[in-house]
Amino acid sequence: MDRRGRFAPLGAGLASAASSIIAILVGLAVGFAILLATNPAQAVRGLGVIAMGGFNGGMKGIGQVLYYATPLILTGLSVGFCFKTGLFNIGAPGQMIVGAFAGIWVGTNASFVPPPLLWAAALLAAALAGTLWGAIPGLFKAMLNVHEVIACIMCNYIGMYGVNYLIKNSNVYDPLKNQTIDMTRAAIPKAGLDNIFFSLKGRFHDASSVNAGIFIALILAIAMHVVLNRTVFGYELKACGLNRFASRYAGIREKRGVMLSLAIAGGLSGIAGGLMFLAPAGGLHITVVETLLAQGFNGIPVALLGLSNPIGIIFSALFVAYIDQGGYYLQRLEYMPQIIDVIIAVIIYFSAFALLMRQAIDALRSRLNRRADKRARGAGEEPV
Amino acid sequence: MIGFAGAWPVIVFLVQQMWYFSVPLLIVALGGMFSERAGVVNIALEGIMVIGAFTSLFMVNHLQDSMSGQGLLCLALITAAASGMLFTLPHAYASISLRSDQTISGAALNMAAPAIAIYIARTFQDNHVQQVQFKNTFRLASVPLLGDIPFIGPLLFKNAYLTTYLGFAILIVSAIALYKTKFGLRLRACGEHPQAADSVGVNVYRVRYAGVLISGALAGIGGLVFVIPTSTDFNATVSGYGFLALAVLIFGQWRPARICLAALFFGLMKTIASAYSGVPVLKSLPIPSDIYKMIPYAATLAALALTSRRSQAPRASGVPYDQGGR
Repeated sequence: MDRRGRFAPLGAGLASAASSIIAILVGLAVGFAILLATNPAQAVRGLGVIAMGGFNGGMKGIGQVLYYATPLILTGLSVGFCFKTGLFNIGAPGQMIVGAFAGIWVGTNASFVPPPLLWAAALLAAALAGTLWGAIPGLFKAMLNVHEVIACIMCNYIGMYGVNYLIKNSNVYDPLKNQTIDMTRAAIPKAGLDNIFFSLKGRFHDASSVNAGIFIALILAIAMHVVLNRTVFGYELKACGLNRFASRYAGIREKRGVMLSLAIAGGLSGIAGGLMFLAPAGGLHITVVETLLAQGFNGIPVALLGLSNPIGIIFSALFVAYIDQGGYYLQRLEYMPQIIDVIIAVIIYFSAFALLMRQAIDALRSRLNRRADKRARGAGEEPV
Repeated sequence: MIGFAGAWPVIVFLVQQMWYFSVPLLIVALGGMFSERAGVVNIALEGIMVIGAFTSLFMVNHLQDSMSGQGLLCLALITAAASGMLFTLPHAYASISLRSDQTISGAALNMAAPAIAIYIARTFQDNHVQQVQFKNTFRLASVPLLGDIPFIGPLLFKNAYLTTYLGFAILIVSAIALYKTKFGLRLRACGEHPQAADSVGVNVYRVRYAGVLISGALAGIGGLVFVIPTSTDFNATVSGYGFLALAVLIFGQWRPARICLAALFFGLMKTIASAYSGVPVLKSLPIPSDIYKMIPYAATLAALALTSRRSQAPRASGVPYDQGGR
């Protein structure tokens, strides 16, 4: 309330954050109800473990949150960027796996690159391959009017089977474990983070897997924020997302926009794949299985929860990774970790109402203001 | 050159396999059609399939010591339809009554479905595993009388499932309902121009609820129909078939007959990809299995590239209807 007794409009960012927090509380309430229904005796402790999330594991746990958030930030950016431009990129799993393979292959075979830069070359390859894989549905959409959702779904499967074939027929395959080999020379550097995020087991440093990838993810998120909000290019893409006919009328080349959006989104997912799988012995490897990467699909909830805003996506990815760690520790109380996915789903469901809540808040505000005006008039003052 | 007599058993084998892949796609895509023709995008088909398959097979798992065969299958189908419908209700509520973004609630259901299935299975099954086992007592070795018809008998009525015929029944009923009934006309109007429908007294909200709930019931059934012939346990996944059904729906241009053709096309490709080693000609080709598995997806993409130029979704699909904003 300001001096004249009127309610100032809530800032858009603040209203969004408020509605996201309400959604999170509802999600936790549903989670608590499930815990109660499963085993009432442990439910309160269980809720505590979920809320503690990554903190359950001490410094190592926090490091793991950052580690698992890294690919989520990038796939979230990939999906969110397309949402901003009016496209639904459901192709992140395929773009990720294609990028990851390109990165691993270059990291293994590019012997001409000096070793300290090998990981950067590998990551660049991942980005390029992802860009190419994203550009395919973009091209199909722009040139041939093929719905991007199905083109993306088809490219997911083609990419997955193609990469399975390429892994098995190249020197990056470890047939005993049915997965890619360890990336010793091209692993993403730790940048000293393993000296911060570790737990002591006796005298043994139990270090988290977190690496410099988290910095790359953060830098790219900020870069996307700048592109979307501070450049003509980003403005044109957003305009296409809001109304492609009006944009075309205004002289924006919307077909080029469609292609570039999906290509950029593909590049972001490709980098996600590179950061995830350019890992040494203890890290993640591509296993040759016929399932699409969950981290790719999880970019969708991350983008939705972050309202497609790059900075919001950083926080939502951290939140999803954080609460996921809670699920891992929940198993100590003999609850199943899938409860976390249910909670996240509920949160996303309710975040869909963010806009409605904002409208409700606005309606309430204007009603209160009208009443304040009336009172002011009744007291003989000038209404404002 | 192999003669027709030599090729016949292979053809029979392929066609019988094709039903297993095509029919669930057909049913689920028709479900999606009801939702989208009413004006609501339903990307939750995948999740609804998971829930439909899970609840019905969980029930089969508990009842199979006392029941078996077609009676149990019918009960399972009803369960799948009911659970699918119930599970879709939050999506309908969010996208119709609350007019929120239809992608968001759909994505939420997709995320929740496998988690719910695994959570319940691991919590309530004796051995705490996520797989739900079931005995397949549903296969019809040969339908009486019809199975003995030359040519058609082996293709359609041997090694068959009741669910295949259910799929075609749903196709016919859907086509009639969509084009020959008052309900179908109203449904299409709500998907093309809800304001116009409303102005002549159609309750847009009610029609859209009906469309979305029908899609839920059909997707639930589709989940069960997909799992039964291809497996003996349910592992909380339908392998992306819900998304493929979405592709079939778009490929089929939101029309029943074309959806059927699209489902058959995709099912045939999928059959070749998974059963090529049973076909002598294909097996002798120097093509690795991973490349065969790509064929259905690449072929669909190619077919779409050739046919999508004039593709037109229902005009109001995905747009929330606000009566106050007329």
